[in-house]
Amino acid sequence: MSVDDARERFDDLVTWATGTLRGDEVLLASLRGENSDFVRFNHGAVRQAGSVQQQSLAIDLISGRNHAEGSVTLTGHPATDQVRVAVLLDDLRAQRAVLPEDPYLLFATDGSDSERSVLGELPAAADAVDAVSTGATGNDFVGIYAAGSTFEAFGSSMGQRNWFDATTFNLDWSLHLRGDKATKNAYAGTSWDEQAFRSKIDWSVRELVALGRPPKNLPPGGYRSYLAPAAMQEIMGMLSWGGFGLRAHETRQTPLLRMVTEGASFAPAVSIVEDIAGGVAPDFQRAGFQRPNAVQLITNGAFDSHLVSPRSAQEYGVATNGAEDYEYPLALAMSPGSLPAAGLLDALDTGLYIGNLWYLNFSDRTACRTTGMTRFGTFWVEGGEIVAPIEVLRFDDSAFNLLGDRLEGLTETAETILDSSTYEHRSMESLRLPGALVSEMTFTL
Amino acid sequence: MTDLETRLEDRLRGMLPADADYASARHVVERGTNLSVRNGVVEPPAASHDEGVMFTVWRDGGIGYGATSDLTDAGLAAAVERASDWAQATAGRSVVDQTPLLHTVGDYETPVAESFDSMDLVDQIAILVRADSAMNVDDRIVDRGAAMLRYDVETLLITNGGGRVAQRIRQVFPDLHATANVGSNTQTRTYGRAAFGGQGGLEVMAEHGFADAPVRIGEEAVALLDAPNCPTGVMDLLLAPDQMVLQIHESIGHPLELDRILGDERNYAGTSFVTPDMFGTYQYGSELLNVTFDPTVAGEVASYGYDDDGTPAQRTYLIKSGILQRPMGGTISQARAGLNGVANSRASSWNRPPIDRMANLNVEAGEATVDELIAGIEHGVLMETNVSWSIDDSRNKFQFGCELGRMIENGEITGIVRNPNYRGISSTFWRNLTGVADDFTTMGTPNCGKGEPNQVIRVGHASPHCRFSAVQVFGGEA
Repeated sequence: MSVDDARERFDDLVTWATGTLRGDEVLLASLRGENSDFVRFNHGAVRQAGSVQQQSLAIDLISGRNHAEGSVTLTGHPATDQVRVAVLLDDLRAQRAVLPEDPYLLFATDGSDSERSVLGELPAAADAVDAVSTGATGNDFVGIYAAGSTFEAFGSSMGQRNWFDATTFNLDWSLHLRGDKATKNAYAGTSWDEQAFRSKIDWSVRELVALGRPPKNLPPGGYRSYLAPAAMQEIMGMLSWGGFGLRAHETRQTPLLRMVTEGASFAPAVSIVEDIAGGVAPDFQRAGFQRPNAVQLITNGAFDSHLVSPRSAQEYGVATNGAEDYEYPLALAMSPGSLPAAGLLDALDTGLYIGNLWYLNFSDRTACRTTGMTRFGTFWVEGGEIVAPIEVLRFDDSAFNLLGDRLEGLTETAETILDSSTYEHRSMESLRLPGALVSEMTFTL
Repeated sequence: MTDLETRLEDRLRGMLPADADYASARHVVERGTNLSVRNGVVEPPAASHDEGVMFTVWRDGGIGYGATSDLTDAGLAAAVERASDWAQATAGRSVVDQTPLLHTVGDYETPVAESFDSMDLVDQIAILVRADSAMNVDDRIVDRGAAMLRYDVETLLITNGGGRVAQRIRQVFPDLHATANVGSNTQTRTYGRAAFGGQGGLEVMAEHGFADAPVRIGEEAVALLDAPNCPTGVMDLLLAPDQMVLQIHESIGHPLELDRILGDERNYAGTSFVTPDMFGTYQYGSELLNVTFDPTVAGEVASYGYDDDGTPAQRTYLIKSGILQRPMGGTISQARAGLNGVANSRASSWNRPPIDRMANLNVEAGEATVDELIAGIEHGVLMETNVSWSIDDSRNKFQFGCELGRMIENGEITGIVRNPNYRGISSTFWRNLTGVADDFTTMGTPNCGKGEPNQVIRVGHASPHCRFSAVQVFGGEA
């Protein structure tokens, strides 16, 4: 089903469902769907290739302060979808009747309509396979090409309608030399440019040459390190896990607890914003609230504002800023610094160039102490020159150190990273991050 | 139910291309229910109905799939056409060019002793309200919650060679959490972080002692606030079953997945330190280590009759007396690698293709009692309930953390410690297994992520307490 057809049928379905409501019932409906192609590669050949078309409708049925939530996949057949929604509404109605009032219920009652389309021009799927296969020739290429249209919508029985769709591609790959020695790269956007893809492949191939040198086996200890934007993405991913949400702060489960209780801070160079205007996520959420263009999370090293879901807003008596229930940033951006890209290795001098980190987790959450592994494209540097790849190392250190008094600088440019995650559906999250030079990072294994 | 839905099986069968080397339609309907109570407030119940079909077509050395939630005739026909188009586009450039898949006939259904349908919604919520309230043992409890997540999954796999496999799986994941705080010290205890899940009905809650858990969880969260930090040093380590779940999962399960060994996951979930030449000879652990792939364990999370390629499932030793026997690889991976495997080709739902996954992966029971294992420790720590997990992409260098530790001195438990962590290397850690208890406990995890496109599936793990020597142990704080 085309995106236009999906939009029309969503509008019709919400209008029809609104007509079935009883008494003071209010209906909130959220649609999520995609028409996506997925091609998985291993050893430069296709491992799995296919297409997924899916639509799921989530409904919150409200009467007074009583409500129940449910979701159903849509078939595209109006009569069948109406039956599914009717069955769901009956179930929710029956549940709602026996439930106590929900003191934390909050939804938009005067929201405004909106629509946004991110248009793309993608190659035919088979042509994309040809392009990738050709680019992979001669290399041990592993990865995934994910492309197509995604769409999200909100509609309420009060007449509000919001629509978002995007047509994008995301090719996420690694070239492998031997064992775990590999280089990682991605090419994502709205229009496929063969020349841009070729230049990224060429970059990967050049990095493979450096990986061919005998690896250096470093003992545990503290090392001066440069964290490339892809590595910073992993650090920010951990901070985002409760770092900025109001509920995590109020229940003292945030990894930034010491900012709350002890006035701890990051270095003044660290400023982080939820930059909805600069990202590719929809600017509305499932209770009908609009997301502001920006929410300043960390300003000059100090905590600034929370991400606040409607539920948290009601629980803690503050205004919502359109976060979803999990209060996780969707378009996190970190301000760049002044380190010139050209002089990066000279600034590092001797230490680790860390291209990627992998599998991070908290070793002490309330101290913001995090552990994880080095992965793709990580090198030992001496005197500003890449000397050798390294055998993988485990780090275990606090972000209050890495982004605190050990932070020597951030690169002068920030890289936009479109999230390649495809759990249940293709992600519309993004990040914009600089690289970071730290005087010491603690490695333990 | 509409006529469109009642005729679905016949319609799917009629759409399978007869001239394909192999073709299948996999229809999945998953109904989920999530009930939760947090800090005395009943949160809105969330019900889900997820349904769709994946067609797979093998033709002339190419393979493709088309998946859709559009169950109209036109929607299904379009999905078949996309699968066929992909088969054509990948012919001659696929890592697999001949289908080894079977046309199986069979069925399986989770045995349910006491259906949730026998208890109305109000009573189900009342169980959670009582559990949530019981955790509120102290003013320092700042957040608590009780939840119950249920899935009812019906899968129908039909093939163009007469295959038909119908399965119905019903899973329950109860959960509890209590968080205590003073200043910058926050401690959380959980009911195994949803590890005490299983297949069945209400009986799952009783089998795992759900009713008795809340007070203990609340009291332990508060007690951890005053507990000393876990000491640093090399010592004996005794792992409770709700940490063994994670230890098995990360450092045995993932490294033995055959698709990782074949390189499929190198761009995402990672590779494996295990190589094909190790099977039959490699000393994975001490002779006390016996590991099975066992989809036949009653009530365990991932019991089933057939995997999503239709391969019949059976109990199989992966590691016997410490020696590595075979990988976890489904029919396609087995054909690629020339190795025997197991029936573990699984998909997270109708919208993702099957790949090699864990199902029930268990450490078999030993003969010692838990008390005997404790008595054999001069200086060590017992760790309970995973809270942190991290391992390298070859599944070798790991670091895991637990919610609670119990110090053991001269064969006796002497007190609790907070923020217990340990680290090691898979290929040596299991060789230091010095004791396996007899308290075989079935559990699982609802969240195992892997694959491109990404897939989350629910897996089962069962284990007794296990004791390891010479482990690097440490506590928290920066």
